[in-house]
Amino acid sequence: MKLLALQRTMARAVMQPLSRSEHMQEKAPGGGKMRAYASRFIKPNDRLTSFERLEIYNRQYWFRLLSALGEDFPGLRSVLGEKQFDAMCKAYIVDCPSTSFTLRNLGSKMESWLRAHPKWAGKKLALALDIARLEWADIEAFDNESKPALRTEDLAAADAETLKLELQCYVRLLDLAYPVDDLLLAVRKEDDTDFASNAFSEKRKKKHVRAVAKLDPQAIYLVVHRIDNSVYFRRITPEEFAVLAALSKGKPLAKALDAAFRKSKMPLEEHAAAVQKYFQTWATLGWFCRPQQKKAASA
Amino acid sequence: MPANRFNGYTDYGIGIGLRVPHYQHILTRKPVVDWFEIISENFMIDGGRPLRILDQILEQYKVVQHGVSMYFGSAQRADREHLRRLKDLVKRTKTPWLSDHLCWGSVDGRYTHDLLPMPYTFEAARLTAQKVREVRDYLEIPIAVENVSSYAEFHVSEMTEWEFLNEVVERADCGILLDVNNIYVSSQNHNFNPLDYVNSIPAERVAQIHIAGHSKYRKYILDTHDHPVIDPVWKLYDRAIQRAGHTATLLEWDDSIPTFKEVHDEALKADKFLASSVLATAV
Repeated sequence: MKLLALQRTMARAVMQPLSRSEHMQEKAPGGGKMRAYASRFIKPNDRLTSFERLEIYNRQYWFRLLSALGEDFPGLRSVLGEKQFDAMCKAYIVDCPSTSFTLRNLGSKMESWLRAHPKWAGKKLALALDIARLEWADIEAFDNESKPALRTEDLAAADAETLKLELQCYVRLLDLAYPVDDLLLAVRKEDDTDFASNAFSEKRKKKHVRAVAKLDPQAIYLVVHRIDNSVYFRRITPEEFAVLAALSKGKPLAKALDAAFRKSKMPLEEHAAAVQKYFQTWATLGWFCRPQQKKAASA
Repeated sequence: MPANRFNGYTDYGIGIGLRVPHYQHILTRKPVVDWFEIISENFMIDGGRPLRILDQILEQYKVVQHGVSMYFGSAQRADREHLRRLKDLVKRTKTPWLSDHLCWGSVDGRYTHDLLPMPYTFEAARLTAQKVREVRDYLEIPIAVENVSSYAEFHVSEMTEWEFLNEVVERADCGILLDVNNIYVSSQNHNFNPLDYVNSIPAERVAQIHIAGHSKYRKYILDTHDHPVIDPVWKLYDRAIQRAGHTATLLEWDDSIPTFKEVHDEALKADKFLASSVLATAV
């Protein structure tokens, strides 16, 4: 068997879902018996059959990837419950196997996949989508690129009609139907302090479930961002969100402001002061990138 | 022999793997450590805390990069984005050499994130060596390939693992990161004498040595990096040092990670073997 053919054969088996008892399936990819499939390319030894040797890799694959998603989405796990989350992750990995050299990117399609497969969240779909979005935004805010921040002097000759401001890549904007920022912080706090006995841990899990069940819808606008290499969640007003969202889509400042206040209930005379305050805050937090110098046209 | 073209003519001593639970201790206590090995993929990102920590470590310590997903043995070409990011990191760390595993782990763009074993065939050796050369030419840095622990063997194999390793490194003209724990684990899983392995590798190509602990199950041994180094592994290390001389040595401890001091103390046990190799050379 040639190298590529062997690797495809083994990868199909390694990536095939485990049985309900978390062992390798008896059925081979594409049909037939896995024992025969394994023995075609893997040697047995005096202690392990070909099937058992292949099974070591099959189980490692699934345990490793499931563990990675569990670490990245503790909030979603808490919303769906341990068992449902586990089953959902298995289905997700089948549909969206890793296509990156790093496991960091494994959960990048979680929100869109869940939206396309709502049965996994049932009645909690809206909440599950919100928490999945927040948890992925958290990952991006943690290690996305940071460019030099905008300074006051960069705006000296700026014209609001044409000025376009770029948000830092680590600033993620979320419009959410549930206050999942509170939920995620609570989940993390419990995970951090979950060091005692199993009985105590069970109690905490039940408390978790109760907290999730009690969570009422409440529209919030959230920025997930980074200061001094730590990620923070900052709630903002609908107007702020509208300005930032418009700017992030590349609209000039004047149009972004128009869009923000078009549907706002804020009295007109307060707009100018509000905008000034927004920009002071955002500039302090370093959310905008310094405009790149345009290269002079070559002669 | 220790400083050779496969480790950038450096003469590093005993290092340990840089791991998150030790960051605080290292940055605040500044312990004396010869060097740290980083997992390249953990720092092939665009920003944030990991890179800030790395920069702080680089201000004080020597760092060598070790990768887990280049997959020299995968039949298809290396991912360009991976290579680009790796090169950026190489520029940042100024690592004198770079290591990754003699294994495969991806096919048709899908990653297993595991170190899957190679079939020991001449075709695989040729393709693997070609990829090592391509990566080295792109990164412009010496490459060392590491032998992995394995739990399966293939019918198509045409040679032993150590013959395959020799075939690859000769064809690629690259170095070896000799993991003596992996040799021990595989020897137990595949019933061979680990000393035959250590005695057969081209000692002049050894750029670095890994030591680690593992977990023993009823029918096989798993390379878990969550225990101290056991005596039979130290014996293999001793033999490797006798053959290769005073070589940069690194202890891997990746799971159930104890305190920094415990890990470092375990690594420093290598000192007595390294010291005896220096004495032997002097005599």
